Amino acid sequence: MDKPRVAFFDFASCEGDQLQIVNLEEDLLKVVGAVDVVSFREAMKGHSDNYDIAFVEGSITRRSDEPRLLEIRKNAKILVAIGACATIGGVNLLKNFQDLESVRKFVYGDKFFQYETYPARPIKAVVPVDLEIHQCPINRDEFVMAFKALLMGKKPEFPNYPVCEDCKKAENICVFEMGMTCMGPVTRAGCGACCVVEGSVCWGCRGFIDHPNADSEREVLAKYGLSVGDILKKFRLYTGFSEVSK
Amino acid sequence: MNGKKVIQIHHVTRIEGHGNIDIQIKDGKVDKCQWQIVEAPRFFEAALRGRKWNEAAHITSRICAICSIGHTLCSLKATEAALGITISEQTLKLRKLLINGETLQSHILHLGYLVVPDLVGAPSVIPLASTHPAEVLLVVRLHRLANEMSDLIGGRTIHPQRPVVGGFAKWPTVAELENLYQKLESAQSDVMTLAGFVKGLAPNFPKFSRETEYIGLTHPTEYAFYEGEIASTDGGKWPVDNYKSIVNEYLVPHSTAKFARHKRDAYMVGALARFNLNYNKLLPGAKKLADDVGLKPINFNPFMNNVAQLVEVAHAFEDSMQLTKKLLEKWDPEEKPIVSVKAGLGSGSVEVPRGILFHEYEYNKDGEIVWANCVIPTNQNHANIQKDMEALVEEIKERPQEEIELMVEMLVRAYDPCVSCSTH
Ligand code: SF4
Ligand code: SF4
Ligand code: SF4
Repeated sequence: MDKPRVAFFDFASCEGDQLQIVNLEEDLLKVVGAVDVVSFREAMKGHSDNYDIAFVEGSITRRSDEPRLLEIRKNAKILVAIGACATIGGVNLLKNFQDLESVRKFVYGDKFFQYETYPARPIKAVVPVDLEIHQCPINRDEFVMAFKALLMGKKPEFPNYPVCEDCKKAENICVFEMGMTCMGPVTRAGCGACCVVEGSVCWGCRGFIDHPNADSEREVLAKYGLSVGDILKKFRLYTGFSEVSK
Repeated sequence: MNGKKVIQIHHVTRIEGHGNIDIQIKDGKVDKCQWQIVEAPRFFEAALRGRKWNEAAHITSRICAICSIGHTLCSLKATEAALGITISEQTLKLRKLLINGETLQSHILHLGYLVVPDLVGAPSVIPLASTHPAEVLLVVRLHRLANEMSDLIGGRTIHPQRPVVGGFAKWPTVAELENLYQKLESAQSDVMTLAGFVKGLAPNFPKFSRETEYIGLTHPTEYAFYEGEIASTDGGKWPVDNYKSIVNEYLVPHSTAKFARHKRDAYMVGALARFNLNYNKLLPGAKKLADDVGLKPINFNPFMNNVAQLVEVAHAFEDSMQLTKKLLEKWDPEEKPIVSVKAGLGSGSVEVPRGILFHEYEYNKDGEIVWANCVIPTNQNHANIQKDMEALVEEIKERPQEEIELMVEMLVRAYDPCVSCSTH
């Protein structure tokens, strides 16, 4: 059997997810040994439109970028969105909650009209997506796991329980007990609650679990002294798209 | 004379982000030569409005993965300046160590994975794994160590979580720092082997020279990465708060990223700029390496940016060992950041791998951002890339089309541009 042909693409992003893949180092060489990488602009010259699996990073933020994505969808048998920007819109969505003309003027002044933009959106808002690998940036181990599953023709499984479960396993002290606030109760686990482990809080970058109890999260945040506006902002840092797509 | 040559490179490869090259040569005359930035703007500065003091670094880190440590630190510095927060000596040293981690990660990646393939005539690093296995493994080892160092101090290789306003949310342990020191020490021989390898390839770097201005941070006692004043090879020193009078950003129709100019029509930032400004502050091993490869300030060949990166790799390893040692002499794992919120305006600057970076924020009394500005190294390099490309194409316009194509791509790659970052 021919090796599966794999391609990488990016839209509005920081390229952190592709960098995570490069950062696999020797493991990357093993992974690429099992496939033919036909397009990876960040790391190699040359390109082909003949591929089986396309990994797509970043959000769509301009209408003029849609045809490129449609083309990728047409060529790929399997389209995988990688990283929060691609799966849930990520931090690119922040601008959506401001007047877009003011956003453009703020950055480009009176020439703003030359700089096209529209509300940022995840890949699935433009084309059907076969698989989503969450997190900002993606987790290297999870990527390898998902990649291997795909090569075996299986659909990888991701947790559908909140980060709090990972967090308890990691034996962290809950940040609420220390007077901070956290999106862990409504966010999809699978990252080992790594941000809490590193002294921070969960910001919500893996997106909501399938049935988040958002009302109870809002109540808890309010109990910890957050204003309605601040609660909204916390939800909009990563999970704003679920608000507009409802 | 040999008719028409049209070079249209749509999305230059092995660089970060989307940039195009458009060159038209007709009857020996260059009709068009343009470096175009087509990346989608993400509007970070506008998006920051309304966000809190403790979110600014988390958000702006996402401007660029490969410089995410630098963006985080620059953002923290701007917020600390605005809120009037001072940091401890320990935080200062650990941040300097962290920024070394990023310089190493990025330079080794760029040299080993993105530049070397051009020098040995390969399309990517992947075929090199079979033609140059020892060298590839060496690069992988060094790159992994740099990543581990960033992980250890920042809490993650990309988008670090530990550095926070006022200090660190979590500290490495003494045992971890000791272990790091040992690893850095035993990596010294790898650094020398890498240096030898790149030195051997040095004749393959194109000879090209165009006088320009170099701008970067400078510091009285150290090769500046984390702190200092703005300096220019044309003379002059300015406090970071005056950055706007240096960068003078402007818009051009063929780019979604802003361009910048100081006194001339363009200037360069990055490893070569730092080297040209701060050669005297290099640590001994790095200085010796520079002398060995014959790199002297002021060098006007942009392709030598890669060699300057190599010199900085040697410097950052040496400096990291010294910093780790000093940290271990006096270590307080109980230090906590102290923050009080007030209204204010503040700017910060650090040297990220690709050059000098500025963030500036204005906060209201609730600690919410009301105004923000970020000036990225590659913004500052775009005009210089354009000017170099014009001069280079003029010099080589008689050569075969493929050769011109490779040379202009190599020129762009030499700058190690972060195109999506510059479009932020
Ligand atoms: S998800 Fe995070 S790491 Fe990936 S492109 Fe977006 S900001 Fe960068
Ligand atoms: S710190 Fe956050 S993720 Fe951990 S248990 Fe508390 S709420 Fe859940
Ligand atoms: S802890 Fe939260 S913010 Fe951090 S990686 Fe996990 S889901 Fe993302």
